[in-house]
Amino acid sequence: MNPEELLYAKTHEWVRIEDQDGGKLAVVGLSAFALEALTDLVYIELPEVDRQVAAGESFGEIESVKAVSDLYAPVTGDIVDVNTELPDRIESLGDDPYDSGWIIKIRITDESGLGELMDHTAYQKQCEEEGD
Amino acid sequence: MTATLAQTPLHEWHTAHGGRMVDFAGWSMPVQYSSIVAEHQATRTAATLFDVSHMGRLRFDGPDAAKFLDGLLTRRIDNSKPGQIRYSLITNDAGGILDDVLVYHMQDAGRESYYWMVVNASNREKIVRWLTPRLADGGDVEFADLTEITAMIALQGPKAMAMAGAVLDWDPTGLKYYTGRESEVALHEGLVSRTGYTGEDGLELILPGAAAADVWGRLHESGATAAGLGCRDTLRLEAAMPLYGHELSEEINPIQAGLKFAVNTNDRDFIGRDAIKRLSADASLPVRIGLELDSKRAPREGYPILAGDRPTGKITSGTHSPTLGRPIAMGYVASEHATVGTELNVDIRGRCEAARVVKMPFYRRP
Repeated sequence: MNPEELLYAKTHEWVRIEDQDGGKLAVVGLSAFALEALTDLVYIELPEVDRQVAAGESFGEIESVKAVSDLYAPVTGDIVDVNTELPDRIESLGDDPYDSGWIIKIRITDESGLGELMDHTAYQKQCEEEGD
Repeated sequence: MTATLAQTPLHEWHTAHGGRMVDFAGWSMPVQYSSIVAEHQATRTAATLFDVSHMGRLRFDGPDAAKFLDGLLTRRIDNSKPGQIRYSLITNDAGGILDDVLVYHMQDAGRESYYWMVVNASNREKIVRWLTPRLADGGDVEFADLTEITAMIALQGPKAMAMAGAVLDWDPTGLKYYTGRESEVALHEGLVSRTGYTGEDGLELILPGAAAADVWGRLHESGATAAGLGCRDTLRLEAAMPLYGHELSEEINPIQAGLKFAVNTNDRDFIGRDAIKRLSADASLPVRIGLELDSKRAPREGYPILAGDRPTGKITSGTHSPTLGRPIAMGYVASEHATVGTELNVDIRGRCEAARVVKMPFYRRP
């Protein structure tokens, strides 16, 4: 997946919106920038399928040697799928963050927050500012 | 960045080589270049270079220097021999730890003794403020804070001694552990000691600031990889070395920190002595322990330690140990829960994980 075609949350999750059964599905992962900043990943805590999440709510956590970070839902909806392969190969998540590195899929139940997400250009600007 | 950070003489090298710079005690320091784990493993299996120039380097000259320092240090220093280096604490009147330091007894060309004291970066100003007013009654002592005109490089790992050949014209394996000497380092004046903060064999070099980049470059070319403060922390934690601000503070006395070896209370006086003697008999104080966990989640500073479901203390440092492949931590618990083998729990963000008290250090070099 081309990172330039994705949307991003301020908290560094990427989102790919897909049409599904007349509704919208959000595929969610963590950006290369965030994974690069974390490095040395040791653990990821994933949510249960069917859990409801609100945009901005923590749905899991990712732990590196140095620190733990929350993972935040970028959209509001029901978690319909979880990438259960990730915990066993967490150290390689940074190798392919935008395809095999997807973390959860959320069936969007409220589209009102989608406008808060950034396009790639705006997200890059945020990363540059954080990098300073 | 909001505040101006101090820079070591190696700052330009760090930024040019991908060092991820962070604010550490007011200094711009590299936390890592590649990855913490890779740099950690390189230290355990080969040799790495650390810029530790942010540490405070204080020098004491004059016939009364030893006596002056002896009045401030928990460990006797006035009977040390030239070349000896001692780990010691500086305590306040209440026996609380102001800093943990290394004191180097050195001898100059005229065979006059002088002393270096290497203090934590975060405590340098406090220690200078602590000792300066006491100099007036200290007799013939000259004190200078040379931190900003010198640099300090740590070369650590099983291949460190061999790689030191790139800058030394003598074999440093002749230097005993915790000793040091004045020496030329790649033709610069310097001080070489067999010390470190990683649990590995190695050297630390104190150099004029202007010589740092040359010496660092030579060692790097000879195969030592650069390592940042990130793995310095995981390395010292595996070696169960306390870190000021975590395991040590003004609220902790040396005995409960497990540092009795660095306290000599007999036949001498120093600030905090009476309090330490009194507190050393107090079994109600929490003591430092090491914990190992089987969980994948690591305990972090501040997490509650429980005996069953009752709080008994707090984590002071914790990480996922790259060498052991599991979480390790240090913390303080009630003395009745401090015995090796005791099963405890750590509240990791709301979920209890089983932990057991283990012997420290967690890692001992082969």
